[in-house]
Amino acid sequence: MIELVNITKTYRMGSMDITVLTDISLNVQRGEFIAVMGPSGSGKSTLMNILGCLDRPTSGVYYFETREISTLTDDELASVRNTKIGFVFQTFNLLPRFSALKNVEVPLIYSGVPARRRQERAAPLLEKVGLKTRMQHKPTELSGGQQQRVAIARALVNNPSLLLADEPTGNLDSSSGEEILKILSELNHQGVTIILVTHDPEVAAQCNRIINVKDGRIINDQVNA
Amino acid sequence: MNFLETFRVAFEAILSNKVRSGLTMLGVIIGVMAVILLVSIGEGARTYITKELTGLGTNLLIITSGKTTTSGGFHPPAAGTVRKLTYDDSLALRRRAWLISDAVPIVFGTGKIKYENRGRDTSIIGTTNEFSRVRNLFVDSGAFISQGDVDSKAKVVVLGRRVKDELFGEESPLGKIVRVADARYRVVGVMRKKGTSLGWDIDDVVFIPVTSGQELFDTDGLFEILASTPRAEDVDRAIVQIKDLLIRRHAHKEDFTIQTQGAILETMGSILGILTAVLGGIAGISLLVGGIGIMNIMLVSVRERTREIGIRKALGARNKDIMAQFIVEAITLSGVGGVIGIFIGVSIALVIPLFVTVLPTTVSAWSIVMAFTFSVAVGVFFGVYPARKAALQDPIQALRYE
Repeated sequence: MIELVNITKTYRMGSMDITVLTDISLNVQRGEFIAVMGPSGSGKSTLMNILGCLDRPTSGVYYFETREISTLTDDELASVRNTKIGFVFQTFNLLPRFSALKNVEVPLIYSGVPARRRQERAAPLLEKVGLKTRMQHKPTELSGGQQQRVAIARALVNNPSLLLADEPTGNLDSSSGEEILKILSELNHQGVTIILVTHDPEVAAQCNRIINVKDGRIINDQVNA
Repeated sequence: MNFLETFRVAFEAILSNKVRSGLTMLGVIIGVMAVILLVSIGEGARTYITKELTGLGTNLLIITSGKTTTSGGFHPPAAGTVRKLTYDDSLALRRRAWLISDAVPIVFGTGKIKYENRGRDTSIIGTTNEFSRVRNLFVDSGAFISQGDVDSKAKVVVLGRRVKDELFGEESPLGKIVRVADARYRVVGVMRKKGTSLGWDIDDVVFIPVTSGQELFDTDGLFEILASTPRAEDVDRAIVQIKDLLIRRHAHKEDFTIQTQGAILETMGSILGILTAVLGGIAGISLLVGGIGIMNIMLVSVRERTREIGIRKALGARNKDIMAQFIVEAITLSGVGGVIGIFIGVSIALVIPLFVTVLPTTVSAWSIVMAFTFSVAVGVFFGVYPARKAALQDPIQALRYE
């Protein structure tokens, strides 16, 4: 489903070029549940940004469902993010002024779903993540675990092929974190491809493939039995 | 993202910060209010003067001695070897210029009019019977000056309402003898009350026969000849006819000027139009300042919502979606401010004449449309820069923004 070929990413800082990713090649099959691990500054966030079409590689080729991503325009990238990729962030990143329901509806706004149809699609997802009674609550009225569940519902609302989670349990206590992992794992069983970034070996242990990144290179890529 | 949705998002953003949005709008409100108010005052002056001039009699031609090249407006006193307009000129016009229905000779001066021990300095107009009809001024009691009075240089006078009130009070003045500049005149009529027009008190005046007036002011010329055409479309042909006739009578020299009511109206109208434009322009500057206020707040708002922009982009918002969101927000601020400003401006403009009677106001539709259009344009103009800034944010940087 995803193929990265010799991806490099270089940032220009003043007169210096900083290479964040070097020669990354990677294959992801549909239905995989992958953990990306590595110390801070190893380049795993940049890798996630490129996978999530938020950033373009400096060189190399990125195929997403046979489309070559690095040649797409900004608008085309936005459309891929909107319909093919769901994001779950460490800091949840919900819109503070909107209710849980409205937050889940946001991606639908940008895919042109009419207002009255949005709720029909958003509400069942909130139910699925166990927030049936919290739909009208604002993010500040929800616990961290509940906010992350709203974020997962939002990530799923357009039926994406890929769910990207950047330390989804990093800001949560262990019991909320376990709940979130349980939800992700269930989603994976239902066929959603998930790539998550984590520091926590226990989290990684639940995935079926672990990729270790260090100094911008993949140093280990193994199937987790 | 459709248009309605964009508006809804903009409204939510505006309502989420009511005080700030209100203060931002205030700049536009005051600007639009000022435009509406000042334009309505300018327009009011124009309407008022047009009405007053039209009230003086339509299809009016004013013939004065001395040639000026400018059309309309007021001309300097005659200079050089100019033959004065005479009573005979007016008689000739009346007899031979068939396109005009009247040719009213007028002498004009000021003098003291006295009755017993009361006196008043007033305007004295020497004229003929037709004056009453041409200028729409009629007697209340008695009679106006007759042709017989003119022919016989009769010492008779018709009093303006104010002069009558000052000299006679409640007493009837008909048949009484008054002194007009030391000559004895018999009162034959009193004018109907007319009030002030263009700063001239039409009631503070007396009328005497034109021939007696010439004697009184020791002149054989006239101040002016008023002519009127029965039909408006005859005005231009009537001017040609009057010119032909008078040039022949004046040793083939065009030493007189014919002004039309229309030309005077036009001149006044264009002067007041410029005045209105200047007033509106000054008010427009304050609207511009309001627009800068909007830009300022939008820049702050874009910065505050950097993270929101990042989230929206990650979820699939295109650059133009973000741009539209912020521009619509700016337009909504300025548009709503514009509507409130129009409302307040129109209300004040309608209330002003009730308290300040010398300040007529006219609220014209075009000034409302213009003020609204301009305020929305201000929103677009001053919204584009902040909106572009928002749209071009790098989503990764924006998501990281604290």
